[in-house]
Amino acid sequence: MATTADHDKLNARRSIGWKGMQRGHRTHPLEWIAEKGILLVSLSAIVMVFLIFLFVAREALPVFTGQLNTASGQKVIPVADMEKLSPAELEAYLGLTPEQDAKMDADTKRTLMEVKLEELKEASTDKDTRVNTASWRYFLRPFQWTGYNKPVYIWQPVSDIQKYNIVPLLIGSLKATLVALLFSVPLALGAAIYVSQLAHPRAREWLKPGIELLAGIPSVVLGFFALIVMASVLQSVFHYQSRLNAFVAGIALGLAIIPVIFSIAEDALTSVPRSYTQAALALGSSKWQAAWKIVLPAAIPGVFAAVVLGFGRAIGETMVVLMASGNASIVSWNIFDSTRTMTATIAAEMAEAVVGGPHYRILFMLGTVLFVVTFVSNLVAGLVIMRLKSKLEGKR
Amino acid sequence: MNTQKSTSFRTRTFDFGSFFFTGVTGLATFLILAILAVILLNVVINGWPGISWHFITAGTERDMFDVKQAGVLPMIFGTTARVILMTIFVIPVGVITAIYLTEYAHATSLITRFIRGAVNNLAGVPSIVFGLFGLGFFVNFIGHQVLNPAVWGKPALLWASLTLSVMTLPVVIVATEESLKAIPHGLREASLALGATKLQTIIRIVLPQALPGILTGGILAVSRAAGEVAPILFTGAAYYMAKLPTALNDQFMDLGYHIFVLSTQSPNINKTKPILYATVLVLLLLTFALNLVAILVRAQVRRKLRALH
Amino acid sequence: MKKLKSRIAIALAGMVIAGAAHAGNITVTGSDTLVILAQKWAEVYMGKHPEVKIQVSGGGSGVGFAALQKQSTDIADASRPIKPAEKAECVKAFGKVPTEYKVAVDGLSVYVNDSNPVKELTEAQLADIFTGKTTNWKDVGGKDMPITVYSRENSSGTYEFFKEHVLKGKDFMAGAQTMPGTAAVVQAIANDAKGIGYGGAAYGGGVKSLAVKKDEQSPAVLPTEETVLNHTYPIWRYLYNYVNPAVDKGEVAAYLKWIRSDEGQQVTKEFYYPLPADLRAK
Repeated sequence: MATTADHDKLNARRSIGWKGMQRGHRTHPLEWIAEKGILLVSLSAIVMVFLIFLFVAREALPVFTGQLNTASGQKVIPVADMEKLSPAELEAYLGLTPEQDAKMDADTKRTLMEVKLEELKEASTDKDTRVNTASWRYFLRPFQWTGYNKPVYIWQPVSDIQKYNIVPLLIGSLKATLVALLFSVPLALGAAIYVSQLAHPRAREWLKPGIELLAGIPSVVLGFFALIVMASVLQSVFHYQSRLNAFVAGIALGLAIIPVIFSIAEDALTSVPRSYTQAALALGSSKWQAAWKIVLPAAIPGVFAAVVLGFGRAIGETMVVLMASGNASIVSWNIFDSTRTMTATIAAEMAEAVVGGPHYRILFMLGTVLFVVTFVSNLVAGLVIMRLKSKLEGKR
Repeated sequence: MNTQKSTSFRTRTFDFGSFFFTGVTGLATFLILAILAVILLNVVINGWPGISWHFITAGTERDMFDVKQAGVLPMIFGTTARVILMTIFVIPVGVITAIYLTEYAHATSLITRFIRGAVNNLAGVPSIVFGLFGLGFFVNFIGHQVLNPAVWGKPALLWASLTLSVMTLPVVIVATEESLKAIPHGLREASLALGATKLQTIIRIVLPQALPGILTGGILAVSRAAGEVAPILFTGAAYYMAKLPTALNDQFMDLGYHIFVLSTQSPNINKTKPILYATVLVLLLLTFALNLVAILVRAQVRRKLRALH
Repeated sequence: MKKLKSRIAIALAGMVIAGAAHAGNITVTGSDTLVILAQKWAEVYMGKHPEVKIQVSGGGSGVGFAALQKQSTDIADASRPIKPAEKAECVKAFGKVPTEYKVAVDGLSVYVNDSNPVKELTEAQLADIFTGKTTNWKDVGGKDMPITVYSRENSSGTYEFFKEHVLKGKDFMAGAQTMPGTAAVVQAIANDAKGIGYGGAAYGGGVKSLAVKKDEQSPAVLPTEETVLNHTYPIWRYLYNYVNPAVDKGEVAAYLKWIRSDEGQQVTKEFYYPLPADLRAK
């Protein structure tokens, strides 16, 4: 077998001898297959993330490439004239793809013509029908629709003229998340500092699991609690107009993310080497001075990561906001106004959106935006934690 | 400096800073625990009168909104069924991935970093995006285009379970990894020294030792998945079914979905409150109790393994 | 206990047999307005015909039509008539226009809090309130307080019906709180003295229905069985079942017929108003 010198060389290249075996040893063919199989299965995590992004973004692709068009204003073509149209014109008039056209017989097309006639007869004569409401100009900038006396941001997809401005939804998500962070970060951080630095070690053993138990409450129960109990209590304390609003939803969201922020911040604080605290105490500081001035600054990256992850979790939470936020798509920074978030919009409107239609694709676009936001915040938090770990381990 | 008090630093003056600081952070801790207690107490006090053997075992043959006649058995069954199916999918994949990450992967290789990054990201994806994924991939793509659409192209128990298994994969992986790492290397090296191959060591020595940790991971995954509603909204939950689901392509009733519907649809709100609270209590008993059990098991396992080192 | 054990055992055994399609399964999806009634119909019908399995889901009339088009449901419940664009999607999907059956009559109530002194409003005033033109109760004869408007999600047929018939196609005000069901609307208004909302018939303490006038000269009418059935109450509508003609045979057809028969309409009485005799199935 290898000498000590060879063993050291092996160890120098790989971190642990056990892993060093991978290159050196010869495997039984069955085991080789099994080990390759293990590798393949492990790749499933990457595959899943990729698939999620692919299938969600795929449905939303026409929105991003600007290919959606909701403009109508077609001229009515009588059913009797069906024969006179060329196949391409017929497809354009009826909104068919070439595959669908090929599958249909003449009778079905005639029925479609009749239905189209009905549709056009009922169609609005509003000038706004010529506008392509599914384009980025209308997603993001205000517009003065018929019947309004100034440009407004409106999300009203079910209408003769579908209005898809997403600004109220973006503001809604941000508002609820901000309230949640304002409520939960001080509480969770305070608790993390207390539990990791200031509490009696015996108390720590049940305090930490106790707070993490909050994570065991399903979000639908938190939403239920906010809707039935918290909304009335908070309204009688603060006397605002809408019973369900961003404030109530934000507090409930905050409850949902407290365990997340607490766990990670507490982990970050406890992984600061004890030697820092001990040195500070030896130099005459009190416990709180050590915690506040020495440990906390050392753990700041971890705390930052905790807050970022809490943000990601809050912006992606659905059931709580669906039940407790009032779901009104207003553009307003007043936290006591009802608000509509992106997640609640998707949950409430997805089932009725016609598959493949503009509403459906725009909802998937919202999903893609959510995915990207949480992906980025996770990436940032992950990088920060990795850097913190290597910094602390380097100094050990 | 006062020579009489030079022996002790901190008792020189009342340390306001420490008192204040400890007080504020201690208050924060207390507040969180108090809110948790309030929620639990509120649910237990309002829900306990509604719970009875009849409530848990009766179905929905009679009036769903009358507290004396309503039963939540179909919802319990639906939740349990989808969670069991999910476990069947997620535990093998999660354990194998964790094994790869701890036993085989080089700490700095690109693949390892990608897998870890992917696991972290899976953990952070919003639950509604999982619902969209389940709808777009499982129901619409696999159900409609790969399999027979009439049978598989609709929301079904199978799709909901698969969606949930993707969602809880990170939980299982992290818990299994934790337990694998805690097993001392001496065990593995002893096994190799006795002539076993690496795979044999993993299967016969390491895994059995890690079983409690895997169990914890499974319980945490189950407790997380039992309470989720957003992923099953479009992939399988139904409002009312006459009989229990008997095939993988049936829809199912669900505790969380039922709570959501009851809170927002019931015709007579005051009449429904007792049932609503009772249903919430049942769901909490299921998820919360499971979470508690997992935490206790994990604490005990940690203590046992610490003794081994 | 035995029944329970055997039920679970059978169910678990059946679960092992993967993916067997179930004939004799009727899926009903759609309107939240109809979902409670649909469930009751299913219960009563299955009591008489135990070999049929019916499953009911809600989500909104729009959900029902989307499911009909995807062919993932047999019957679509709707609280509004199908739109031509939805008909076109159905034709593209399965080649035929869905068959429409009227199954009940409903009067949309306008709810306000019990403490609100306002008792009647004209349709024009309602339109102004819900589109946001009128913002204070004193403008319609009430106290001096701002109006909180409660509406429904846009997947709701109730939402669309109200929009089309009372608002005459105009948009709801952006600040309207959207609630997921009539019950949620009623519950919200019971807790909010300034609230106003609309919905199908619902029961809850703390709210009352307004009497609605077609215009200034007409009498104010409250929604009751009589006024809704003889159409003197202005905001009335039919509730519908839609079905793919290819599916409308055998058990599905029998079930649909039963719903519109006298027996089925007896059940309707509990929740909405039954069909007049000339629309019933014999």
